[in-house]
Amino acid sequence: MTEVAGLAPELKGAKKGQGEIPVASAGERFTSFDVEAFEVPGGREENWRFTPLKRLHGLHDGTADLNGTATVTVSGAAQVEKVGRDDPRIGEGGTPADRVSAQAWSAFGEATVVTLDGSPEPVTITVEGPGAGAAAAGHLQLRTTTHAEATVVIEHRGSGTLADNLELVLADASRLTVIVTEEWADDAVHVSAQHLSIGRDAVLKLVSVSLGGDLVRISPTVSYRAPGGEVDLAGLGYADAGQHLEQRLLVDHAVPQCKSNVLYKNALQGRAGVTDAHTVWIGDVLIRAAAVNTETFEFNRNLVLTEHARADSVPNLEIETGEIVSAGHASATGRFDDEQLFYLQSRGIPEDAARRLVVRAFFGEILQRIPNTTLPELRERLEAAIEAELAVVGV
Amino acid sequence: MSTLEIKDLHASVRTEDGPKEILRGVDLTVKAGETHAIMGPNGSGKSTLAYAIAGHPKYEITSGEVLLDGESVLDMSVDERARAGLFLAMQYPVEVPGVSMANFLRSAATAVRGEAPKLRTWVKEVKSAMSDLDISDEFADRSVNEGFSGGEKKRHEVLQLALLNPKIAILDETDSGLDVDALRVVSEGVNRFRSPENGVLLITHYTRILQHITPDHVHVFSAGRIVESGGPELADDLEKNGYERFVKAVPA
Repeated sequence: MTEVAGLAPELKGAKKGQGEIPVASAGERFTSFDVEAFEVPGGREENWRFTPLKRLHGLHDGTADLNGTATVTVSGAAQVEKVGRDDPRIGEGGTPADRVSAQAWSAFGEATVVTLDGSPEPVTITVEGPGAGAAAAGHLQLRTTTHAEATVVIEHRGSGTLADNLELVLADASRLTVIVTEEWADDAVHVSAQHLSIGRDAVLKLVSVSLGGDLVRISPTVSYRAPGGEVDLAGLGYADAGQHLEQRLLVDHAVPQCKSNVLYKNALQGRAGVTDAHTVWIGDVLIRAAAVNTETFEFNRNLVLTEHARADSVPNLEIETGEIVSAGHASATGRFDDEQLFYLQSRGIPEDAARRLVVRAFFGEILQRIPNTTLPELRERLEAAIEAELAVVGV
Repeated sequence: MSTLEIKDLHASVRTEDGPKEILRGVDLTVKAGETHAIMGPNGSGKSTLAYAIAGHPKYEITSGEVLLDGESVLDMSVDERARAGLFLAMQYPVEVPGVSMANFLRSAATAVRGEAPKLRTWVKEVKSAMSDLDISDEFADRSVNEGFSGGEKKRHEVLQLALLNPKIAILDETDSGLDVDALRVVSEGVNRFRSPENGVLLITHYTRILQHITPDHVHVFSAGRIVESGGPELADDLEKNGYERFVKAVPA
């Protein structure tokens, strides 16, 4: 394989594909179901350099006691099964690409498999954390049948530490909309690997909303099994003082005629005397030589509302074929500045309302992807939660 | 009947090297029904006067008073000043990405009027005010001032003036950067606003806008204060002879 400039440096080390020496491509990253196949990260690896390892409660180095249980409750018209890791369907979505994901894979007790057939009403899955001081490993798989059309909300709430893998396995010509919310209590830590496997002509819309928790790190990997797949990844994060919200995604275009559209937006508000509010967005998009006629665009925007906040944003686009429709990436981080505030206030709008106006407009583009006809209450609840975040610092 | 009184106003700009005095004792009274023009060379402090009255955080009032109908404006926050009836049309209107013009105008009208305008009449009111200023409908969906040309920004400042109907309007170089047609449209907008209930303080470097908006009083501003006042004929004198004699007359 030829070298491509400007690649995401991946891993090096004793075991292949790990550590500080960049591998040529995000597509060559190391994957394994076995936790021991991964080096314990020290924090300088490309894959971990933005994550405060101390706050992972030992998920990364084997010291976490994963005896807790995250309770998964499914409501709605779907077939729900509890299965062991020997179930042949488990792992169809993808293979862990980091140690915490492999740790969760090695440690989960039972997996929940939710099968969506036909056109069911929206299904809601609640994942309740193991409780303060406890840690758990989880595994959830959603799978569609051919031509199915479904909407699923996955809500994360409660306390404690959770490492898990989420598999979305889309059958050919199925359409799945998934909204994943992180509405954790302040102490919670959630490290989640999402394996998104897209069948022929299947369409996945995934909206990720990160509001709560001490540390939330989500790593979605998109893989297309056949041509014609389409993925729309959208996310919003609202990082308060001390909060770490991280999204690191890989969209792997390995087959022809697929589309991906990625838009993540973060707002940050920190406070003096507290660890900075921190968001991280890593967007790797890989177009392999075989992936002709690919159409892809990715965009990350960050709105820094206060001092004491830090937004890291690293878009990466690797292109191994010129025979594509389009490929683009962009990143923009801006401050909510005094001039905007002055302008809005000079028209009579009070300061708190002015800030709300700007933040609401900023997130509107993401929230409007939540289908309002089927899920009006969800959108309202998330809007209210965002307003409440704004009120925290009394702005 | 509203009155804006500016009494011996001193103000400094906050800079990295510490405060720098810009306004050095401004005295001016603007009454409802009157239009005052403040003219002066670049750097004389005209815009500082406008921003200081509106409450921009970059400027610090070191002494003096600004009263609107007897109430001290300087004790109010920026938004309180606007709700009390002050309006500043800015020389450089600020872009607010993501907030639509329609949403912004309605939020401002709600704040200034104390209640949300009724939707049906509001839509009509906005459309009519936009058409008065030759602003096309599509601007309602665009982000506030984002990607607007200089002329479009100024039209939207006057649009806000029309909808918010303040007691006293301060227009800071609203004529700058406008071509002849835009200048006419904007001036007509200001003239529609003028009434026995409203006062206007027009800040300008050039006399050409005064051919469209006839002031009752003209003041020459130099080195941070008013150095001469008169009627419209003073503007003609400036047009002919420039600012030279005023700049020389005042020690820097």
